[in-house]
Amino acid sequence: MRLAGKQTWVFDDVYLQATGTAVGPFEANGPLGEEFDVVHHDLYCGEKTWELAERRLMKEAIDVCLQKGNVTANDIDFFLAGDLLNQNVTANYTARDLPIPFLCMFGACSTSMETLAVGSALVDGGFARQVLTATSSHNATAERQFRYPTELGVQKPKSATFTVTGAGAALITRKKSRFRITSATVGRVIDAGLKNPLDMGSAMAPAAAHTIEQHFLDLGRSPADYDLIVTGDLSRVGSVIVKELLMEAGYDVTVNYNDCGLMVYRPDQATFAGGSGCACCAVVTYGHLLKEMEKGTFRNMLVVATGALLSPTMMQQKQSIPAIAHGVVIEAAGRGSRWNIG
Amino acid sequence: MSLRKNYQHAVKQFQPKPSYIANSLKAFISGGLLCACGEALRKLYMNGFNVSAVNADHLMMLTIILLAVLFTALGVYDTFSQFAGAGATILLSGFANSLASAAIEHRSEGWVGGVANQMFKVGGAVIVYGVVVAFVLGVVHYIV
Repeated sequence: MRLAGKQTWVFDDVYLQATGTAVGPFEANGPLGEEFDVVHHDLYCGEKTWELAERRLMKEAIDVCLQKGNVTANDIDFFLAGDLLNQNVTANYTARDLPIPFLCMFGACSTSMETLAVGSALVDGGFARQVLTATSSHNATAERQFRYPTELGVQKPKSATFTVTGAGAALITRKKSRFRITSATVGRVIDAGLKNPLDMGSAMAPAAAHTIEQHFLDLGRSPADYDLIVTGDLSRVGSVIVKELLMEAGYDVTVNYNDCGLMVYRPDQATFAGGSGCACCAVVTYGHLLKEMEKGTFRNMLVVATGALLSPTMMQQKQSIPAIAHGVVIEAAGRGSRWNIG
Repeated sequence: MSLRKNYQHAVKQFQPKPSYIANSLKAFISGGLLCACGEALRKLYMNGFNVSAVNADHLMMLTIILLAVLFTALGVYDTFSQFAGAGATILLSGFANSLASAAIEHRSEGWVGGVANQMFKVGGAVIVYGVVVAFVLGVVHYIV
């Protein structure tokens, strides 16, 4: 493993062994409904509270992931996880029930790729043989923590996003698998000075653009080197802005760019500008995009999970929204790697 | 205009604009219809049940509050508000919704720490500034 350029880690031998996804009713009814491992048709997922429902989703995603990876929790060296709730309660309480040393991480909705990047570095650096990562979000727990009571009648603008109810888990090992994790670009916190918490796409787009640009610079690559460049939850508003920002920097991503927030729901699902939340990038990448990669739709992809690092208190104190984006490159192994790294 | 040179200004061209005219019309019609229903209820109580004008006012308000809480509990008031906007928020029914939605939301934290403590977290501002405005107007009325 080595540091390439300023912010990019290049991995020698790291593989994504297995993934697991669990989702709620809106996602199950969305265009990718068939692609998720566990599907719930009720927002409570059979639990008494929404927080417990979110925890259940994370547990189920982990169970499926371990099962698919043909390992038990005792075989895992480290568990990296995070979510959106205060004190990362979903991740911490899930870790309570696992016999695995645990590092809790918070990167708001960038947590999926943050944990995947750090997990890959641990494995590649020889600090772990097998790392389990997980992240989750729940529409109702996020609404009540970051916005208003779910049943409160407030008119939301078109730029608002809809938090994905779900969880995604991934198992990272040195053992060869179909998916190789070849590099990761750790993002910087970028604050463009925007203050509207109901338009996080505009606030996060500069962070995503910064990480993508830095990734190209660090590795001497261009958009054409990727079959797919996908952001986490920039939604209808932010995805247009990030394309424009990259175009201004001389990178044309118009043909191979997409956003997980635009894939997870149908346009008629009344989800405003699209999906958001930690689970958005996690379930779309781990559930849908890897399957597409397996089919051969694309050989490699740069997944850039985007996070808005805001809190309701900071918003009430008229502070602007800092944002971050972490990118991870996943390649189809055994189909002829596009580069010879390492 | 370049996004890189002046992001905060240039980004506005990519942000969806709220449709002020359509929203105002929807709010006017929905809010107006709600108020007309209130008036119809008042008339019904006065003429149908022979209730005095003052009591009919109170009964009408109680009915509206009951219906707003009921529709909040059924999970449809927020859908109506998304359509009606201010036409659903600024009325008495909107206030009832703000209390009921917060109470329902925090039921999971118990009757005291959850329901009772959190019930006014959205509607509290209406009470505080309602009292302040009433006091100021009272003073003005006393002097004038």
